[in-house]
Amino acid sequence: MSESRSLLKLKKITKIFSKGTIDEVRALDKINLDVDAEDYIAIIGSNGAGKTTLLNIIAGVFPPENGGKIIINGQEISGLSEYKRANYVGRVYQDPHIGTAAKMSIEENMAMALLRGQRRGLRVASNKQRRELFHAALSPLGLGLENRLGTLVGTLSGGQRQALALVMATLSKPAILLLDEHVATLDPRTAQIVLDLTEMLVEREKMTTIMVTHNMELALRHGNRLIMMHKGRIVVDMNQEQKADLAINDLVVAFERASGEEFVDDSVLLRPGNVVGISDL
Amino acid sequence: MLDVAGHVLSFSFYEGLVFGFVAIGVYLTFRVLGFPDLTVDGSFTLGAAVAAVLIANGVNPFLATLAALGVGLCAGLATSLLNTKLRIPALLAGILMMVGLYSINLRIMGGANVSLLREVTIFTLTSQFLGLETRIAYQLLVAGVLAIVVFLILNWFLRTEIGLAVRATGDNEQMVRGFGVNTDMTTILGVSISNGLVALGGAVVAQGQKFADVGMGMGMIVMGLASVIIGEALFRPKGVARLLLAALGGAFIYRLVISVALRLGMAPGDLKLITAILVIIALAVPYLQKRVQREWLPPAARW
Repeated sequence: MSESRSLLKLKKITKIFSKGTIDEVRALDKINLDVDAEDYIAIIGSNGAGKTTLLNIIAGVFPPENGGKIIINGQEISGLSEYKRANYVGRVYQDPHIGTAAKMSIEENMAMALLRGQRRGLRVASNKQRRELFHAALSPLGLGLENRLGTLVGTLSGGQRQALALVMATLSKPAILLLDEHVATLDPRTAQIVLDLTEMLVEREKMTTIMVTHNMELALRHGNRLIMMHKGRIVVDMNQEQKADLAINDLVVAFERASGEEFVDDSVLLRPGNVVGISDL
Repeated sequence: MLDVAGHVLSFSFYEGLVFGFVAIGVYLTFRVLGFPDLTVDGSFTLGAAVAAVLIANGVNPFLATLAALGVGLCAGLATSLLNTKLRIPALLAGILMMVGLYSINLRIMGGANVSLLREVTIFTLTSQFLGLETRIAYQLLVAGVLAIVVFLILNWFLRTEIGLAVRATGDNEQMVRGFGVNTDMTTILGVSISNGLVALGGAVVAQGQKFADVGMGMGMIVMGLASVIIGEALFRPKGVARLLLAALGGAFIYRLVISVALRLGMAPGDLKLITAILVIIALAVPYLQKRVQREWLPPAARW
């Protein structure tokens, strides 16, 4: 991990919700994370481990507690608001409705996405040249969306919307792509299509990516690095070689050793389509 | 008989055009931005008051109308700043501005009303210039040209990069922020433009009826909403251009219905109640339909 390849650095990131009340929750506890350029990290952990909070901190939805630092491309961005950080960060959410605008056409959604990080002016938002660009970006999906640019996004299926959201998030090549359980609500077949698409885009655009998931199998199969979170801390951090030959039960063991707790959340073991209980392993 | 029908029709058409500015303004906030802005009642009168006082003081009526538009923009700016910078809920911010504007309008006019009976308005100026004799002819001409200009500008603006960001803000605020749009700015822009249009409507209406009155904006928001809802129901518009035309068309139908009802002997004082009932029915029907079909529906919005 040479210094020059570092793309994103998190230093001492702590996030406390409901501070000073009896409901106080330490969602993130002094997290340090170094993300290299072109890393594809899968983050796994049970509910409340802090996965989504971590993505929200990177995206700037809320700031970390004092003392925490977020550095992208050598630039500190901790103080930047969410919309300014959008210049660096692309994001796909669990809910396909969040990543796209229903009452606007595919073309208009793509035009919104294209202008990430650029000054928006009084030019008409889509023209022939841009339509060709959208066509080219949507064709690889194989969903035919490129021929329906005028269609309102609200009339698309959840899977189609999520695929579109993914293309939109990567269209203007942000420095880092955040995937927040982006296939969790899709049916198994659509989930696979969106995952293949993710793989293709990340590969082709050499996109630095952080994917949060509930699904261990998914975390093992995708990405070059696997991070496991528990109670706001990173408890397991494996690189490509370390995770290469792992099976799900190895992960469970690694988790138990690292956290010092017995693994009880079997929702983590759910695969799309079929349920694998602890006893099956 | 035909004469009367023709007159009612052309007069409603004129009124549809001038109140169409209000309808388009309401469409911008309620439908495009999802910002229920009640400033409208105040900014309509504000536009009328500013234009009337300027004209009474000898200012060119077109300049006075433009000034009304500018002052309306400022009223919208104030409402949207209350909402975005001080986090006052949209509905309350609008009500606060509406109430505050009542006093401001009284101050501007120096009383409850200003007469334009002997003044040069955009209508009388045009009729002199073109030598048009019939009142309805030059009224239609002036209002029509203004409506076309407003339509063309908005139809262009809502397709520009900034316009797209404004529309997307009402559609999916989280997404738009995620693509680097300052949604406070787009909200401010949208609400300001909306109130500018409403004030423009007030200025034109005041010149058409030859007076401005402190109560003339009352219920304007409901009238605007009624127009938008009627337009949507009748024209089922898709796309920016048709949505704008639907707001204008809705305003025309609404004024036509009101004119006919007045001709048939409805007391003018009942007008606002009937409009309110119209809007209640229009808002309730989709919900009741879904209830009959036993669809799940979220509880009513508080704000």
